[in-house]
Amino acid sequence: MPRLTADTRHPVSFTLNGSAVSGHAEPRMLLSDFLRHEIGATGTHLGCEHGVCGACTVQIDGGLARACLALAVQTEGAEVRTVEGLSPNGTDGGATLSILQEAFREHHGLQCGFCTPGFLVTLDAVFRDDLHASEEHIRAMLSGHLCRCTGYAPIIKAALAAQATLLARGAQPHPDDAMPKEDVHA
Amino acid sequence: MKPAAFDYLRAHDAAEALEALHQEGGDARILAGGQSLFPMLNMRLARPKLLVDVMHVEAFGQIDDDGATLRIGAGVRQAMLERHVDLKVRQPMLAAALAWVGHAQTRARGTVCGSIAHADPSGELPLALLTLGGSVHLRTRKKRRVLAADAFTTGMMATRKGDDELIEAVSFPVALPGTGYAFRELGRRHGDFAIVACAAIVDARKTVLGIGGVADMPAKRDLPLPTSPDFADALNQFAWDLDARDDLHATGRYRRDLVRQLGRQTIEEAAACRV
Repeated sequence: MPRLTADTRHPVSFTLNGSAVSGHAEPRMLLSDFLRHEIGATGTHLGCEHGVCGACTVQIDGGLARACLALAVQTEGAEVRTVEGLSPNGTDGGATLSILQEAFREHHGLQCGFCTPGFLVTLDAVFRDDLHASEEHIRAMLSGHLCRCTGYAPIIKAALAAQATLLARGAQPHPDDAMPKEDVHA
Repeated sequence: MKPAAFDYLRAHDAAEALEALHQEGGDARILAGGQSLFPMLNMRLARPKLLVDVMHVEAFGQIDDDGATLRIGAGVRQAMLERHVDLKVRQPMLAAALAWVGHAQTRARGTVCGSIAHADPSGELPLALLTLGGSVHLRTRKKRRVLAADAFTTGMMATRKGDDELIEAVSFPVALPGTGYAFRELGRRHGDFAIVACAAIVDARKTVLGIGGVADMPAKRDLPLPTSPDFADALNQFAWDLDARDDLHATGRYRRDLVRQLGRQTIEEAAACRV
C-alpha cells in the first residue's frame, strides 16, 4: 500500500459481518464514522469518541476494538463484526433476535439502548471464547462499557441468562469458529 | 472529536518505517495499537502530518524469552502478552500489571511498546518496566541503542526517544528465584487511570517499591524488608518525597496514604510470594 495522502479519499474494502463492503475514506476517517456514514451501518453507536464509553465496540479480526480508536484505512482487508452481525438472520433487518439480544429484551438489559450495541458485541466475543465464562470474568469484560440507564444489574442478569440458554442448547456454531485461535483478540 | 488531517503509511518492514521517520522527523508518529494515540488525535492534542502504521511489520510481532529477559516487539498487543505461555511464572509482576491496563477492549488492540512510548504517569507498563529494571530498544535508520527504563522517561509523557527513532522492543527481566513480585492499584473503576499504582519486588535482603499515578513519572525506591523496624519510616518518607498534589480524582494526602497502605499491602503480597 503506498502512502495515503491526507486530502484524498482512498478506497477501503473489508468484510463486514461476512459480506464484502467498500467505500472511500480520507486517512483521518475513524472506523466508526466509516461504518456509519460510508457504509450506512448505524448499529455501531458513538458516545465519547475517545475510547472510554465502549458504545462503539466492534470486533476486528475476531478481537474486540473501539471503532473510534481505529482508522478505516487500518481495517483494509480485515474482518469486521458489528451488532448488525449478531442477528441470526441478517437478511431480515434484525427482526430475529439472537439468544443474547433476546435475553437483553427479556431482562431489561437496556432502556434507551444507546450503549447496548457495545455490550452485545463484547458479550458475543466473551461467549465465543468461553461459553463457561465466570460471572466475575463477564463483569470484568463489561467494565469496559458505560450504561447510564440500567444500573448494570439487569445487564449482568441478561448476560447470565443468555449464557444459560446457550449452554442448554449446546455450543452454537459461530461464524468466527473457523478462525485460528491465536487470532482471537489479536 | 475527529482527528486533524494526516497522511497514512502502512509499513511492511522496519526499514520502510524508519525511512519515513528519517524523512519526516517530528511531523511523523508511529501508529501501533493506537489506544493511547487515538484519544490524543481525536482531541487534537496530537496533530502529526504522517502516521506510520507498524502493525504489519512481521519482525515486530515477536515475544522472545532468552532465559534472562522477555523481549517484546513493537507490534505485540497487550492481549497477546497476557496470553503468553507461562507469563505468570516468567514475570508475575508483568502478568499482574497487565490486568490493570485499560479494559479488555483496549488491551486487545493496544501494544506494550506503545504504552511505554506514551509514558503516561499513571500507566501500569511504564511502572512495571521501571521497577523491574527493564530496558527500551530504540532504533533509527542507521543505528540502534538501548536505554534503561529509568533513563528513558524524562517526565509526564516525555521520553528520550528521538524524532527519528522508534521503539523496536522493550525487555522485562524474568523472575529470579527467591524473589517475590506483586502489583496492585486503586482507580475509580477497574480500567480507569490509576489514582495510585504499586509494584513491589522483595528478595532476601531488600524491597523495591515502584509507585505510579502520583508524580510526573513513575518512581521507585529501595526500602528495607517489611519485617525491619525501619520499614514504616522509609515507606512514609518515600510517600512524602513523591510530592503528591490534589487533583479532580484525589487529594495529595489521600495519595500519600495510599502509597503507605496499598504500598505495604503490595510489598507484603510480594514477600508472601517469594519462592
